Amino acid sequence: MLSLTLKEAVHKLRDGSITAKDLCEKCIERLNKTQQLNAFITETVDISRDSAAETDKRRQKSKPMRWRKLEGLPIAVKDNFCTTGIRTSCATTMLQNYIPPYTATVVQRLQDEGAYLIGKTNMDEFAMGSGSVDGIHGPVRNPWKYKFTSSNTSEQTKPIEQVSMRNYHTSTDDWHIAGGSSGGSAAAVASGVCFGALGSDTGGSTRNPAAYCGVVGFKPTYGMLSRHGLVPLVNSMDVPALFSKTVDDASILFNVMAGHDVHDSTTVTDEFNHFTLPDNIDIKDLHIGIPKEYHAPGLSKDVHNAWEEAADMFEKAGAKVTQVSLPHTQYSILCYIVLNCCEVASNMARYDGIEFGHRAANEDSTEELYAATRHEGFNDVVRDRILAGNYFLLRQNYEKYFAKAMQVRRLISEDFKKVYASGVDILLTPTTLTTAPTYKWFTERDNRTSSEEQDIFTQPVNMAGVPAISVPSKLSTDGLPIGLQFIGQNFKDKELLTIAKWYEQQVQFKQLDLDYLDTVS
Amino acid sequence: MSLTKLTCRLWLQRVSRIKKGFCSKVPKTPIWEELDNTKIPNVPQIDQEMINHLERVSLVEFNNQAGIERLSKAIESANKLHMVNTDGIEPMESVLEDRMLYLREDKVTDGKCKQEVLSNAVKTIEDYFVAPPGNIPLKTKERDYGSNSNGS
Repeated sequence: MLSLTLKEAVHKLRDGSITAKDLCEKCIERLNKTQQLNAFITETVDISRDSAAETDKRRQKSKPMRWRKLEGLPIAVKDNFCTTGIRTSCATTMLQNYIPPYTATVVQRLQDEGAYLIGKTNMDEFAMGSGSVDGIHGPVRNPWKYKFTSSNTSEQTKPIEQVSMRNYHTSTDDWHIAGGSSGGSAAAVASGVCFGALGSDTGGSTRNPAAYCGVVGFKPTYGMLSRHGLVPLVNSMDVPALFSKTVDDASILFNVMAGHDVHDSTTVTDEFNHFTLPDNIDIKDLHIGIPKEYHAPGLSKDVHNAWEEAADMFEKAGAKVTQVSLPHTQYSILCYIVLNCCEVASNMARYDGIEFGHRAANEDSTEELYAATRHEGFNDVVRDRILAGNYFLLRQNYEKYFAKAMQVRRLISEDFKKVYASGVDILLTPTTLTTAPTYKWFTERDNRTSSEEQDIFTQPVNMAGVPAISVPSKLSTDGLPIGLQFIGQNFKDKELLTIAKWYEQQVQFKQLDLDYLDTVS
Repeated sequence: MSLTKLTCRLWLQRVSRIKKGFCSKVPKTPIWEELDNTKIPNVPQIDQEMINHLERVSLVEFNNQAGIERLSKAIESANKLHMVNTDGIEPMESVLEDRMLYLREDKVTDGKCKQEVLSNAVKTIEDYFVAPPGNIPLKTKERDYGSNSNGS
């Protein structure tokens, strides 16, 4: 049952061949069996059971009523989207006690169509990271090639809360990271706990873990999905994004959530035309661009091969494939460091312990309280970015760094515009340099270095606001999933998804199957 | 590129084309430019005055020498941006810059949520948030982050 796609599950729930209760129990069982992945911060099992019962009740009503688009479907939500009455911690001490009195628009829209929340997923603190290893609840583990131990011993290996960061290695067995910062959501979908999940994507935080965990990760055009209720990281680049098993599923979820929101002035007011993706896709008139700069130093052989195979596949199927240039690609991540730190310095100013969040005990003065609260509440990564941001924003540095980075941002954005103006429809690139690194390897680097390496193919997209999707391609020689990225044009999300679906149909990637866990007691 | 090299490459391309029927558009080798390190501005020394100032405006501390080194690294990365010629380029603040910002009518649309607003504050008295006395400068702490900080 858990290997169904979202589309299939919706269908089976509607025609009554499975009940919401059965589906819910299956998902909860899988959730329990995969505790060791540490994908969830807060599990909402009671809400799930109540919602499932509600769905089954709806069916029994004698009067026919509208069967909602996602009726009876469990979804997971990254812990930086506000959910009424459910703790929203952003994996930080600062928001350990934060219970939002409102729900993020995108979550609300999913719920309005009958989906329910199975849990809030683990992430890097305030979404600052690319490995899901820098949150206070410990790292997320990639379900691929993970050696699950039986439930008796799982109690011991279940991560303890409040661990000091990066000193976290409970066993001698190494495992692969889930990627980040939305690693919990990616692991949840990959392991079959839910049929879709929300992440956020500022520099690749959804596409990166999607590639590492072998699922679809879709970052829509900036302005298509509301950010209302998403705890801000870099306002000018943050986009709510989603995980699913298939491109069709991503399309279904996107259609439920997209469109203007009065609570977010950066959502566009154009009327959103709902769409479904065709099954027979013609790519004869398609022009695919291969940006040559995406062969960057460090690109693994496996990923390179997958990329080449995909490009050749399009060409052989009759699409026009040409090599193009996005000359400022290699500066994007440097530009991102400056813009990210500056916006973080500004965004993090709200955390002072007075109105919400953690409050330190020091009551000597307002200033002392602020400083103590922030000292206790933020991890090193957050502190580093605040300090660096304030350095770049100093009066004598403002032009030199902040304004300069915004100029480079325009050049990066122009790169995309020029390529699309030349007739290219869609760009095809790798999502990441390699397959999922091991935890040991990854944590030998510091957070900033990791981000510089991890986000190079995903980050330029956020500079330009264009939509992009990571689609699982194949397994590497050592059995880990490889993701390829399709980059579309602004507000042409449907066209992007259509081409991604064509590719998905060709490769027939086999999802991770953890059904064997059901037989282990 | 020398003529021999070019011929050699063309020949290689032809060989691979014959082998595969066509030539893949995915480049065979990385094509990033090596940056000329001598042209990148040096990272300035972060002195005690700067440390104090940044900590004061940020209301967080560096904690240790490692924190200061990480700032130096971030500046080092940012300095590479100066390798890009941006003369006459307008800074880009938003990807929606060519669109009108949506402004809603100036009308109250919600309210009566005092309890919800106050519900997340650790300390309240009646209907107020509580803060200790303000406008008192932070106490200066004796700290030494090691080699980089040259005393004040």
